[in-house]
Amino acid sequence: MMETPLLEAHGLGLRFGTIPALDGVSLEIWPGEVVAIVGESGSGKTTLLRVLSGLLRPDAGSVAYRGPDGATHSVHDMGEAALRRLMRSDWGFVHQNPRDGLRMGVSAGGNVGERLMAVGARHYGGIRAEATEWLRRVEIDPARIDDTPQQFSGGMQQRLQIARTLVTRPRLVFMDEPTGGLDVSVQARLLDLIRELVADLGLAVLLVTHDIAAARLLAHRLLVMRQGRVVEQGLTDRVLDDPQHEYTQLLVASVLAA
Amino acid sequence: MSPAIRTEALGKSFTLHLQGGTRIPVLSGVDLAVEPGECVALAGPSGAGKSTLMRCLYGNYGAGSGRILLRHRGAELDLASADARLMREVRRETLGYVSQFLRVIPRVPTLDIVAEPLVARGMPREAARARAAALLTRLNLPSALHALPPATFSGGEQQRVNLARGFAPGYPVLLLDEPTASLDAANRAVVLGLIEAAKAQGTAIIGIFHDTEIRDRVADRLFEVHPEQAFA
Ligand SMILES: Nc1ncnc2c1ncn2[C@@H]1O[C@H](COP(=O)(O)OP(=O)(O)OP(=O)(O)O)[C@@H](O)[C@H]1O
Ligand SMILES: Nc1ncnc2c1ncn2[C@@H]1O[C@H](COP(=O)(O)OP(=O)(O)OP(=O)(O)O)[C@@H](O)[C@H]1O
Ligand SMILES: [Mg+2]
Ligand SMILES: [Mg+2]
Repeated sequence: MMETPLLEAHGLGLRFGTIPALDGVSLEIWPGEVVAIVGESGSGKTTLLRVLSGLLRPDAGSVAYRGPDGATHSVHDMGEAALRRLMRSDWGFVHQNPRDGLRMGVSAGGNVGERLMAVGARHYGGIRAEATEWLRRVEIDPARIDDTPQQFSGGMQQRLQIARTLVTRPRLVFMDEPTGGLDVSVQARLLDLIRELVADLGLAVLLVTHDIAAARLLAHRLLVMRQGRVVEQGLTDRVLDDPQHEYTQLLVASVLAA
Repeated sequence: MSPAIRTEALGKSFTLHLQGGTRIPVLSGVDLAVEPGECVALAGPSGAGKSTLMRCLYGNYGAGSGRILLRHRGAELDLASADARLMREVRRETLGYVSQFLRVIPRVPTLDIVAEPLVARGMPREAARARAAALLTRLNLPSALHALPPATFSGGEQQRVNLARGFAPGYPVLLLDEPTASLDAANRAVVLGLIEAAKAQGTAIIGIFHDTEIRDRVADRLFEVHPEQAFA
């Protein structure tokens, strides 16, 4: 089988006033590939995710997504309905703040089941069984299936958001600082979980993180951003062990033994 | 027979931007060729660049100049210009590396750490686990430990996990950085047996062995890595 990239971006540019949030960014993501984006605050990481996933329109450049049917779609020309469909089925988004990805007033089981229903599941018993199974997978006691996320800790909320996102087995998942705002010990456990699920399901993931150790653990490939540009990219271990750009050397030196 | 791996005028230096752009030349003009079934030991004083050469071959360090030609999928491929995706394919199928220290992945049981590269090459999980278990047992790692993550293992135990992971797939080219450094005599003998068996299978091996007894037993020849003149 001829493999092709899932997502291909060329020459992305976007300015906010005088700030070049993105400046000539090109990248590809292939099936099953985990790509991490690291870089200082304000370097354009979140903006890049938002542009790639169609939430923001760039001033320059294009993003193409290749669907399961093999057809290529321009993300910024497909129209809102098509994009929403994509977001419900093929793609997933894990937000830094679980409140942005969960429905806080709906039960844990409902949060997971809702995504299944959005892709056509109708059988109540089957949906509940699958939701239970996913709670187990993200290490939430299935006895809490009827509790709302409001009753959960931050780490549990984040794991629930991951279950809700992955239950439909998306082909491509965008994650923006998925462990930000959590305790260090909770972070480590969540990272393990993400690593296991991503490997088991063979997901393609675009992960924004400031945590170099997390990038080392999860990512096959690493992009380093600074001031809206990708200053260095390549195999994760190569970029971290033999960094070429001055900024990457600074980044690696400031996190010893990542 | 053509080499399994060879370098042409391989060069490598490091530029330390945080130290005023200091340039550290390490390798230059390295021409090394290793045939299938041959074991070459890298020699040279501490700091000469033996580990650096090995890391360049594995793509962990980028080559500064020259070419690294690997026989992969029946053709010669220049690793010096291979992109990340191709490099991952090469590491999955053709090129193995046993580093000096195991990089522990949290929560993953020892058995799965060893089985993982086999699964990545398409072996069914149960068969991969069986092969992993056999190799770990051969390396005297009791089966009670196979289900545990190696985070709490001793240095020698971790090194044996690392060795099992490196030897399990039977890569055509295998890089070994101090494979017996933290092992006792019995386990060194096992590693000796693994290296000899791999050679007999046609594996090309490049090794760094401070243990001269092992080195003299397995190496067909030495390859001298010359320290570059600093500030040349
Ligand atoms: N909607 C907006 N309006 C104006 N400026 C914006 C907007 N969104 C982002 N910016 C600016 O664009 C730049 C890039 O922001 P972005 O959120 O992508 O950074 P980031 O790399 O994700 O940073 P952090 O690590 O802090 O999350 C910043 O200077 C930011 O202030
Ligand atoms: N990532 C790196 N960044 C900067 N300099 C490096 C890096 N890796 C190696 N070097 C330098 O390259 C030179 C060669 O180091 P290397 O580790 O290859 O030596 P070696 O021959 O393996 O020595 P030993 O026998 O002590 O292990 C040293 O001066 C070292 O400091
Ligand atoms: Mg951000
Ligand atoms: Mg060394």
